[in-house]
Amino acid sequence: MKIFEVLNKYDIKTEELESFTSRREAFKKLTNFGKSVAFAAIPVGILAASTQKVSAAHIPTVLNVLNFALTLEYLEGEYYTMGINSPNLIPAGKDRAIFETIEKHEVDHVAFLKKAIMSYGGTPVAKPTFDFTVGGAFSPFTNYEQFLILAQAFEDTGVRAYKGQAGNLIAENDALTAALQIHSVEARHASEVRRLRGLKGWITQAERGAGMPEVTQAVYNGEDNLIQGGVNVTTVTPIGSDGITEAFDEPLTRDEVLTIAGLFIVAA
Amino acid sequence: MSKQTTSEDLVPMLGLQKVGDRRNFLKFSGAAIASTGILLSGCQEVFEELPNARKTGKGQEVRAVPLGKGDIGILNYAYALEQLEAAFYLMVVANMYAGISPSEKVMMEDIKNHEVAHRDFLKAALGKNAIIDLSFDFSSVNFNERSSVLATAKTFEDLGVAAYNGAGQLLESADYLLIAGKIVSVEARHAAAIRSILDADPRSFAGADVIDANGLDRAFSPTMVLEMAAPFITNKIIANQLPTS
Repeated sequence: MKIFEVLNKYDIKTEELESFTSRREAFKKLTNFGKSVAFAAIPVGILAASTQKVSAAHIPTVLNVLNFALTLEYLEGEYYTMGINSPNLIPAGKDRAIFETIEKHEVDHVAFLKKAIMSYGGTPVAKPTFDFTVGGAFSPFTNYEQFLILAQAFEDTGVRAYKGQAGNLIAENDALTAALQIHSVEARHASEVRRLRGLKGWITQAERGAGMPEVTQAVYNGEDNLIQGGVNVTTVTPIGSDGITEAFDEPLTRDEVLTIAGLFIVAA
Repeated sequence: MSKQTTSEDLVPMLGLQKVGDRRNFLKFSGAAIASTGILLSGCQEVFEELPNARKTGKGQEVRAVPLGKGDIGILNYAYALEQLEAAFYLMVVANMYAGISPSEKVMMEDIKNHEVAHRDFLKAALGKNAIIDLSFDFSSVNFNERSSVLATAKTFEDLGVAAYNGAGQLLESADYLLIAGKIVSVEARHAAAIRSILDADPRSFAGADVIDANGLDRAFSPTMVLEMAAPFITNKIIANQLPTS
């Protein structure tokens, strides 16, 4: 799939990273860590950077993850922008307020990730060309029910995608924290869209939920996992397996996510 | 720092110093670790009674609780928060607020189940390193009143999200980071659902009070989170050994 090649092309070589420390500082400024009260107690900034081993070896991995995330945010951002600009699609009032909120966040994520990638010395991937009808199989911009179906699939996928990448950012604290901060926003969106569709905000077993077409099942496969960190959770709690599977969201690999997203990408 | 957790890694993680301790620990729990991956049944000293124990209103002594250090400390921090949430929702479902709708009843039952599952899982994962059962003070909550219950739930869920978001970078083990990631998104799903039924503004599920101009949710340090949770926790939580970066 072409999207894989494009993402890999943007991997950068370690030797290209000359002023790594200054880039890390640029990223800190970008996220405004230390400025807002909310983040004041998190020890980042010059002090933290000076104690952290300055090594650029992991930066290609970090950039790879950020460009992967950017691709997903392009997809979500364009989807919701097209949705809110489609006449007579989203009902006025509550629904419109919800999707305007989600659209704003996804567009903000695109802008944020582009800046983050550049602050690490990378080049943001270009926005792919999307076809949200998947060759005419869906009509999300004229049929609100279908708009909601794809929104749920995108948000639940987004949650799993970020979760799957957290480990790849473990050596770069600021990028990891920012990714987690996006991850939980995607989860808030997912919960809200699911509830708007009459479902629970959480995923039971590996169920895609009422009204979701079979083609979206890949988004939910594996959510029925009961083993966490080697512990079979059914053996340590009286809570039933439905509750346990709801209580733990599962990751997707990059390839699994790109296979799902690739359905909507015409040209990368 | 990225690495896979092995039984060798657990030794420094647990703060073991004596060679004898280390040998016994490996002998004792090596098999358990091999079979369970991350199960942390170790040999860390049982916490001694500490002089700065608090007294409850009834004069009953409540122990101070050190969370420990390294990844164990962070997991105990998460375990303390999950104990708090589980205790709260157990009280909510034991005495559902007046006028609760059938769908809200299901939501409260579901969230209770999730928080109990998180709590029980973390306790099992921590094994002998787990902190004690904490005592809680929910006297500020009127469990008969919808707005009081849901406002408290909103506080706890948003706090949980910010806590896990801030704690991720403090973990050394990618395995624990993944587990924290699996839990935090469920807390965020809860937060959105509670906000959606409590607040009149339909934007509240991801409101501008929690999401910044970059579209990022909040991330709090353990110190901040524990300060905010302190009014609800009777025990004094000692977090001074937690990692800070």
